Amino acid sequence: MESKASPHPPASADVAADIAADIAIVGGGLVGAALAVALARHGIKVAVIDRVDPAAMVDERFDGRASAVALSSQRLLAAIGVWSHVAATASIREIRVSDGPSLFFLHYDHAQLGNEPLGFMAENRVLRRALACALQENAQHVLRLAPAAVTGFSQDADSAVLTLNDGRRLRAQLAIAADGRDSLVRDLAGITVSGWSYPQVGIVGTIGHARPHDHIAHEHFLPAGPFAILPLADERASDGTAVHRSSLVWTERSDAADAYLKLDDAAFLAAIAERVGSFLGPLHLIGPRFSHPLGLQFASRYVEKRLVLAGDAAHGIHPIAGQGVNLGWRDVAALTEILVDAQRLGLDLAHPSGLARYERWRRADNLLMAGVTDILNRLFSNDVGPVRLARDLGLGVVNRLPAMKKLLMRHAMGTVGDLPRLMRGEAL
Amino acid sequence: MSAAADTISPAEIAKFTEIADTWWDPTGAFRPLHKFNPERIRFIRDRLAAHFGRDITEPRPFAGLRLLDVGCGGGLISEPMARLGFEVTGIDAGAENIGVARLHAERMGLAIDYQVAAPESLRAAGHEYDAVLALEVVEHVSDVSAFLGAVGGLVAPGGAAIAATLNRTVKSLLLAKIGAEYVLRWVPRGTHDWRKFVRPSELAAGLRRGGLALSEFSGVAYDVARDDWKLTPRDLDVNYMAMAVKA
Ligand SMILES: Cc1cc2nc3c(=O)[nH]c(=O)nc-3n(C[C@H](O)[C@H](O)[C@H](O)COP(=O)(O)OP(=O)(O)OC[C@H]3O[C@@H](n4cnc5c(N)ncnc54)[C@H](O)[C@@H]3O)c2cc1C
Repeated sequence: MESKASPHPPASADVAADIAADIAIVGGGLVGAALAVALARHGIKVAVIDRVDPAAMVDERFDGRASAVALSSQRLLAAIGVWSHVAATASIREIRVSDGPSLFFLHYDHAQLGNEPLGFMAENRVLRRALACALQENAQHVLRLAPAAVTGFSQDADSAVLTLNDGRRLRAQLAIAADGRDSLVRDLAGITVSGWSYPQVGIVGTIGHARPHDHIAHEHFLPAGPFAILPLADERASDGTAVHRSSLVWTERSDAADAYLKLDDAAFLAAIAERVGSFLGPLHLIGPRFSHPLGLQFASRYVEKRLVLAGDAAHGIHPIAGQGVNLGWRDVAALTEILVDAQRLGLDLAHPSGLARYERWRRADNLLMAGVTDILNRLFSNDVGPVRLARDLGLGVVNRLPAMKKLLMRHAMGTVGDLPRLMRGEAL
Repeated sequence: MSAAADTISPAEIAKFTEIADTWWDPTGAFRPLHKFNPERIRFIRDRLAAHFGRDITEPRPFAGLRLLDVGCGGGLISEPMARLGFEVTGIDAGAENIGVARLHAERMGLAIDYQVAAPESLRAAGHEYDAVLALEVVEHVSDVSAFLGAVGGLVAPGGAAIAATLNRTVKSLLLAKIGAEYVLRWVPRGTHDWRKFVRPSELAAGLRRGGLALSEFSGVAYDVARDDWKLTPRDLDVNYMAMAVKA
């Protein structure tokens, strides 16, 4: 029928030209792409928009980070058919935390909790490639619009409407903003954020080393901030020998970071070696170095009419505990559970009961982790004598309390709290 | 369906659109009904899936089955049922409701046969359905027994009927009538006449008259902590639902 007399949709001819999907996901990063795969696998038609060309996203120079994938996140990625495409990972069997030059004083060993590892280290580009494969496998239900940038967002009675920079328009029952920390869609919807930036920068790089890492992750608390050495999968050199590798996240004071980033390779490597110590044997650099400004940020709400926020668009935290993308994947698992439920009830996918449930479910959990990482960073990124003594005593005590330690380990594994079913290894 | 919609004037379409937006705005005047909907639909879907041997994880699990929604209002239940695969007919006594429902279904791209009709007239025309829903209507009709008799008569052999209504108890007087209408203002004042609320025994008797055997009762109660509704199998004091089958 012609709806000329109705105040909306604006004009039927335009509406017919719009691209239609059940759900429109803005941002095809680690969170948005995983969400697209999870929904598509359950028969929900998704469109994923990203301003970055998918081919550029998997390039070595695009993202040099590696992510600590918690056990619960690994279960999610396995459940949605992504993990089998993850080419190479290193399991994390132990985490050793030390305070500057003092001896190891906190030690997490997976054997204390049975046989499962604490998590897995995977390079982001390896994860991005796996997500791209899974998107391809679900192509029947996935429309990838990239490179294309979202420039406008609005809602009417029946749909969320997104405008792209090439003039196209997209209509969906629900829009999901997974467009990262500087989320434009969040801002357009009038959702405010609070938080602060840390006077720190995260320097990221990959090193090769002579000795194997034995699947141990190390976190040294240095005065400028935490310095993490994270085990990566070995690579084969052209002569067939194994190259042992680790990913570094070096938190440095913002005013000092630039000088380090400008060093030539030999001097940069020397600065790294000084911080790593000698236990890995001689070191060499692999690939480019990256730097990320660090900040804490949380959205005042996660839900607006026909819109929800997920991943860094909703919460950005300090990388001290390697939890950022893991929280985003928890959002993915919770949202998928809720949206699949709505679909199987024949409801509008933007039904407010479901969206309210998502916000209740995820916001408190994310805020808690934001708070914990903030306190850890404040506690450890300084060299004030009494603070140092107190934290050494405190963590020394934790190390001697098995129950407390097990709880902290389960936190690292992501297996505490009200876990979505996909993270408990259950199908929907 | 378009044929009927096309015969109404643009002015009427504009009016229906406005009302439709009210009906279908989950945060507007019908918010309580929207909040209530998921749990009601879950009950309907799960019971009918078990009865007809359908798998709810499949897309359109009820494809091939006919469903009648008696007292369909603006289509808040008819539309989900159509998405789940039923071939849906929705009837209501209010012409305005049917206008709204038609318009909205059209906008959603759903093919639903909406008619201004009473169950008695469909029965007289010899229609039959695999599933018949009578949700929140029994408490508004003048002769419950005759109405349910007609509803039962519309169920095909081997089919099922689901009814939802309000029980006539002191608690329902306090909660559903005074609480919902006067205190919380969830629904407009005068929406309900408590004296017409229906006891489970009266509902069962009416369904039996229509040749149906009652198989289950469940209450639906508001959970303050979760700010949402949930099924309460043992508490039928206020809102409750019933499933009945025809041999
Ligand atoms: C140094 C460092 C180390 C980290 N280490 C870990 C770790 O070990 N473990 C862990 O769990 N987390 C870690 N994190 C955090 C983790 O990297 C982030 O939480 C995660 O990448 C967030 O993913 P996202 O998909 O939500 O957002 P992003 O990765 O920011 O993705 C957003 C996407 O949206 C696209 N986009 C944005 N705006 C638009 C627009 N208008 N139109 C179209 N597309 C748009 C962008 O192109 C981008 O692809 C680390 C972070 C840092 C900085």
